[in-house]
Amino acid sequence: MSKSESTSKDSEARSNPGVDLVRSEASSELLRELVAHLRQNRTQLREEWVVRISETRLLTAMTKEEIFAEATSIYDSYVEALETEAFEALQAYARNLSERIIPRGVETHEVVGIVLLLRDVLARSLFEKYQTDFKKLNRILDAYEPAANRIANTVAVGFVQERERVIRQQQEAIRELSTPVLQVRERLLILPIIGVIDPQRARQLTEQLLRGIRTNRAKVVVIDITGVAAMDLTVANNLVQTVEASRLLGATVIVTGLSPEIAQTLVTIGVDLGKMNTVGDLQGGIEQAERLLGYKVEKLAEPR
Amino acid sequence: MWAGEIQVAINSDQDIVLARQKGRVMATELGFSTGDATLIATAISELARNIISYARKGQITLKMVNALNRQGISVIATDDGPGIPDIRQALRDGFSTSGSLGLGLPGVRRLMDEFEITSQPGRGTIVAVKKWRQ
Amino acid sequence: MEVPILKQGAVLIATFQAALSDADLNNLRMGLVQQVVKFRSRAVIVDVTAMDVMDSFASRTLREIALMIRLRGAETVIVGIQPEVAFAMVQLGLTLEGVATALDLEEGLAYLSEKFKTTN
Repeated sequence: MSKSESTSKDSEARSNPGVDLVRSEASSELLRELVAHLRQNRTQLREEWVVRISETRLLTAMTKEEIFAEATSIYDSYVEALETEAFEALQAYARNLSERIIPRGVETHEVVGIVLLLRDVLARSLFEKYQTDFKKLNRILDAYEPAANRIANTVAVGFVQERERVIRQQQEAIRELSTPVLQVRERLLILPIIGVIDPQRARQLTEQLLRGIRTNRAKVVVIDITGVAAMDLTVANNLVQTVEASRLLGATVIVTGLSPEIAQTLVTIGVDLGKMNTVGDLQGGIEQAERLLGYKVEKLAEPR
Repeated sequence: MWAGEIQVAINSDQDIVLARQKGRVMATELGFSTGDATLIATAISELARNIISYARKGQITLKMVNALNRQGISVIATDDGPGIPDIRQALRDGFSTSGSLGLGLPGVRRLMDEFEITSQPGRGTIVAVKKWRQ
Repeated sequence: MEVPILKQGAVLIATFQAALSDADLNNLRMGLVQQVVKFRSRAVIVDVTAMDVMDSFASRTLREIALMIRLRGAETVIVGIQPEVAFAMVQLGLTLEGVATALDLEEGLAYLSEKFKTTN
């Protein structure tokens, strides 16, 4: 084993105190021996595993061909991990695999289930091979078991992390959908805000708006807060920051629907309302925006 | 593969760039969004800059932190400089004032989720900040 | 680190790279002013699209560049600030007040041609 390999094992052991760091030469040799056996009997063992998977009715969301294809790559990665103990690479593989199978509806208990089945199938194979030499069988299992358990753990954790990432992404998408940044005209964006805004939501809206300014190449943004009753100091400050940040992207912000209460809050935090572009209502704000953009605003006859 | 903890010696202005680049890489690997990674890198830049400006040299330590069921990043800026005589003054936050004067500590505090500072004249300064992944 | 400065008629376009050190920024400040004088430029566009972090020093330097260039009778426009960078900047209170900004190079040039039209 080269120096760098043992260093990586050291730090992995430090981060996982349950792993026995002491690995004698004999033990490494046993690991090599059993890995060779698992590779030699790859076809047969993999087949056995796939049979067990369908017997226990796991991965029902996938077809036989798909299961077989995934089984092949999982088997090889499993044996590879046994040999190299590169658990970080295995975790990356597990996340990658999860990315593919989560949309297919595969659940955590299924992934843990099939990995444990593989562990058992391989263990049985080792029993069979070394059944005549009880002492050797014990030493082989001493080498195999911790590594196999580590693999099962790693794959399960990788899968769960991926699931959590997907859930976070979906939550983010839902949040974005619930307050759209609207493009009404070329170069003009409207951000209508309704209801109660907490600091986290406010920050999210700002990020969304800034991205929207860039994507839509907006030069004017109308932020309508007619529907907002009050703001705490943090959110009020966030509004000011949004105006400043938008300017850095070359966009002018018009704030409409400013209630007297919110105007007071802004003054309290030191905002010079004279410098902020405000208009009474949304319609007026849009008209001013259009003027800024150089559109000619034709006023139609007053509706009766 | 990254180690659990990264230490960057801050001796020159180039180290400021190095520290924030490493910070961004770690933040990205920990799953922070691009926006959050930028906030973290900016905070690191300011903290490193303070070290150079006021203490001439020091150190930035970056590491992953775990609490209950969330993950985050911790940035600790230490130096053996002259220390800050009036911490309250340094932390006084005028929301509408420019952050280009003074230590910019209120700004760093706004960028991160947790902020702790220990400093005494003649005893150096430690600024410890954390940001949690959403 | 070399920063490319292109000349497009009466406008100089400087494209800032990502990892500019303080020394680099200082050199740039000097260099840009010299170029404005040499070419008698009317405007400078500083493209910071590649900058993934804008801290207090970078912000101060940009404002100083704009000031020094204005003393030479020329206009400065900062373009290409990324949304995440803009957000971080305002958290730190860095607003580049007094300096013109635009979304990107195209918008920057449009802004300048508008400005030159009205002042001519």
